Amino acid sequence: MDRNEVFEKVKKVTIEQLGVKEGEVNESSSFTEDLGADSLDVVELVMALEDEFGADIPDDDVQNLKTVGNVVDYLAK
Amino acid sequence: MLLKGKKGLVLNVTNKNSIGWGIAEAAAEYGAEVGIGAQNADMTSRVQKLIDGNDAYKLFEIDFQDDAQMGVLVEQVKRTYGKIDFLVHAAAYAPREDLQGRFIDTSRAGFSLAMEVSCYSLITLCRAMEPLLNDDASVMTLSYLGSTRAVDGYNVMGVAKAGLESTVRYLAADLGDRGIRVNTLSPGPVNTISARGVKDLAGILERVHERAPLKRPYGQRECGLNAVYLMSDLSLGVTGQLIYIDSGFNVSGR
Repeated sequence: MDRNEVFEKVKKVTIEQLGVKEGEVNESSSFTEDLGADSLDVVELVMALEDEFGADIPDDDVQNLKTVGNVVDYLAK
Repeated sequence: MLLKGKKGLVLNVTNKNSIGWGIAEAAAEYGAEVGIGAQNADMTSRVQKLIDGNDAYKLFEIDFQDDAQMGVLVEQVKRTYGKIDFLVHAAAYAPREDLQGRFIDTSRAGFSLAMEVSCYSLITLCRAMEPLLNDDASVMTLSYLGSTRAVDGYNVMGVAKAGLESTVRYLAADLGDRGIRVNTLSPGPVNTISARGVKDLAGILERVHERAPLKRPYGQRECGLNAVYLMSDLSLGVTGQLIYIDSGFNVSGR
């Protein structure tokens, strides 16, 4: 999957999970600071991303995933 | 409709991945009225979204560490349902740091907290709800194989679950006079918010699915269906028992 494809999917899941508008989600958006997610929202988002991508995202890695761009980099690897 | 006319509680639910939610959904599907618990105001607004518009469900706020709230809950449940036919206890907690390192380093405070929230809470809940339980009512809780085997990363939760499973047997003895049954459901690991506190959950899940006799997944749905069996009259005569919902992993020698 190319990077742009990953971004579009991450964006879709983020919009669904956090109830934010499409225009608010870009690579530099921080989940907690810009998109209003609390810690439980972040875990739910991660679980939804795991389902969408069929990937495991251990909690130890989650602490490094602050922005949408961080997640895209992580999943595009 | 196996549970038509039956009413009961599932305490607590966090989100759509919660095993408690799987149990509540299955109970409602089989005709029951279900009161769902949420731990605090934030959780209440989240869980509200799950049940929105479905009148099979009612929502109650309950923090198991707060005795005053337990008293309020009893009054609310009495007003809403009168008597109840089932009671599902789905609550557990251990400090994350006590699940990350070696078991031998478990803190005194972490040990007490895990025991209180994950084990003692069943005793307080049953004591508070006893007057509202109908004869032949069904009480159940959720445990895990880490109670009887040393599972990497489960640590102090395993000790708390061992206490919980024993608690079930003593409660079964106390409440049996009126036909009230108390049992344990023990699912294999399921990817829930709570389970994510366990180190290397993905590794544990992979090993279970590799070695379990049944080559089919188990999860929320299977937990819900087994809970329906325990809530229903199909399980009359069954108390103090533990049912593994793990595709048979617990019997495998592989």
